[in-house]
Amino acid sequence: MPFTDRNLVHIEDKLLAGERLSFDDGVRLFREANPLQLSAWASVVRHRLHPERHVTYVVGRVINYTNVCWVQCKFCNFYRLPGQEGGYVLPREMIFGKIQELMDLGGTEILIQGGLNPALKLDYFESLFSAIKARFPVHIHGLSPVEIIYLAKISQLSERECLSRLKTAGLDSIPGAGAEILVEAVREEIAPYKNSAAAWLNLMRTAHQLGIGSSVTMMYGSVESIEQRVEHLVRVRELQDETRGFRAFIPWSFQPEGTHLGEVKRASGFDYLRTVAVSRLMLDNLPNIQSSWLTQGPKLGQIALQYGVNDMGSTIIEENVVSKESVFMVPLPEIERLIRDAGFTPVRRNTKYELLPLG
Amino acid sequence: MRVIAQQLRRSGLEDILVKIQEVRRLGFDDGIRLYTTPDLTAVGYLANLARERRSGDRTYFVRNLHINYTNICNKLCKFCSFYAAPNSEDGRGYILSPEDAAARVAQYSREPIREIHMVAGINPKLPYGYYLDLLRAVKAARPEAQIKAFTMIELAQIARVAKRSLVEVLPELQAAGLAACPGGGAEVFSERVHEELFRAKLDNAGWFEVTRAVHRAGIRSNVTMLYGHIETVEEKVRHLLHVRELQDETGGFMCFVPLAFDPSRTELAHLPVTTGYANLREIAVGRLLLDNVEHVKAFWIMITPGVAQMALWYGADDLDGTVSHYEITHALGTHSHRQVLTVEQLLDLSLEVGRVPVERDALYNAIEQPSAVSLQSFSG
Repeated sequence: MPFTDRNLVHIEDKLLAGERLSFDDGVRLFREANPLQLSAWASVVRHRLHPERHVTYVVGRVINYTNVCWVQCKFCNFYRLPGQEGGYVLPREMIFGKIQELMDLGGTEILIQGGLNPALKLDYFESLFSAIKARFPVHIHGLSPVEIIYLAKISQLSERECLSRLKTAGLDSIPGAGAEILVEAVREEIAPYKNSAAAWLNLMRTAHQLGIGSSVTMMYGSVESIEQRVEHLVRVRELQDETRGFRAFIPWSFQPEGTHLGEVKRASGFDYLRTVAVSRLMLDNLPNIQSSWLTQGPKLGQIALQYGVNDMGSTIIEENVVSKESVFMVPLPEIERLIRDAGFTPVRRNTKYELLPLG
Repeated sequence: MRVIAQQLRRSGLEDILVKIQEVRRLGFDDGIRLYTTPDLTAVGYLANLARERRSGDRTYFVRNLHINYTNICNKLCKFCSFYAAPNSEDGRGYILSPEDAAARVAQYSREPIREIHMVAGINPKLPYGYYLDLLRAVKAARPEAQIKAFTMIELAQIARVAKRSLVEVLPELQAAGLAACPGGGAEVFSERVHEELFRAKLDNAGWFEVTRAVHRAGIRSNVTMLYGHIETVEEKVRHLLHVRELQDETGGFMCFVPLAFDPSRTELAHLPVTTGYANLREIAVGRLLLDNVEHVKAFWIMITPGVAQMALWYGADDLDGTVSHYEITHALGTHSHRQVLTVEQLLDLSLEVGRVPVERDALYNAIEQPSAVSLQSFSG
């Protein structure tokens, strides 16, 4: 029998007592809890942390400043190797144009991400970020641990020094991208040239210590086991105990189409919702769980609100990294309709999760 | 589950839980509350109790083939993107001859298809003999498959062109190969919605009359509800109660199929697509109000495979099928990636949520599987 109430009574006990769940609890939730249990239990934690029936979102856009990258992650559909045809670095005027479009829509956040482009050193980012800040009152949610670790290396600086200078130039927070699964064995298989889990976590630790907040993702559904998913959650929870720097957790499923892991089966709707729910249950110290309607579609992205999600993330204007055929675009009025239809109130926020008046 | 008990109490649904536990019938107000509470988990929990009582862990599926023998239709329903008007000159209109239909079936000769689902427009040019020939040709091409064909609207049309009563016509259709009837065309049993969206189509009283005749002739059918357009919650509850009443009378419905309206390319294209919440809720409320209907279907083509999989815990016990060749709502539109599901994928969806897949025929007879091993082998 796959799902049995009996064995999970002690988990419900802990949940009702507000106690922390263990690694084993997480594994059992993944393997044994049925959808309705997961939904009910995750909602307990969600409403404990967010008693108002709000669902938040931020008006933002993604700017992929370069697609040049040498890391060759097998799940990536976006990169061009240095020197390869089709590589680009966005001209500054184009970046400003994109930000102006966002400002005109009342947006507050840009998510600036690219690749590991050996031609771009710290001075490029310092001057780009300060030029942006001089022109626009926009929150720069930018780079990722992988990019910053590489940047520090090619700029011959410590990570702390590099982060500190980026912050001075205008970097406000760091997206949680590239976490994939924070377990070395998984990373070696899917992204052998990318930094280690320990290096990823360490970079985030340093950033949090410098007052740079971040989010954290999990890309599940490639080659990892259930135990490795739970290990990821536990490692995130441990760092969060230490720094309190993570603002949001964003699980999303590996999109096999068009990648070098194309034979991997696409994760199901249930797999998404149980991963969301177990994340909500395990990450008792992390305030927000974001919906990944971009990869799951608006239907499951909305149902996730019943499985622990309290935030719809950014109203993304463009997205280039995951395969084109597996991306859903959902306009802002539709995001608000999905929230209302689920019986919640849509509330606009900034990147720090401070509530803003509806635009 | 203590947490669910708390949620049911907080949502004021405890009395409905008691009714479900005591197998007592729900009323109109219960239906309204189930539609309007934001607590979808609680509604799902109640529906799942009813589902497991009827079907346990079983999830039914069928290897089926759809044939839409003509798209020419004089009903001009506002919610339809499939039809071509009878005298329109855009060249979209088609009629499959009985031979064409048989050839279509023959294309799938290597697949063990059990059900041939055949529905189409109301094309006034087709004579009575066409329908008999169509059934005979398809049956001859695939004698081991059951033909589930003709909505109530089509049957009314067939009797009209035959210039005879349904009581006389139905046995002839059966003799030609008709095994069951699909549930389409019920839309929403509301005078207001009928007048607004499908006024040329058979009215509600007519739909009930044809259904009674079908069930009396010993032909079982399904019943649908088209939601997500202009209907109100009250109209949906009344629709379900009408179905329940008719089922009390005839017992002829096998399965309730909530159909999610897809507005794209229709006259109602300004309406938004149905949400995932709505898809699960319609299945759950249908299961709870229709206590006398055995099965509730999650039609994955309309609600996406991911939502259909979740629906197996919100009241649904049928995933429909592999659906070779579907034309009526363009498959999936922008809301899912998959255009087809293989049997293996259907089995995976079901097994992954702890539901045991049972292959069925059009009449919900289980197809014998010698052992779990063979389940594996035919999925490969």
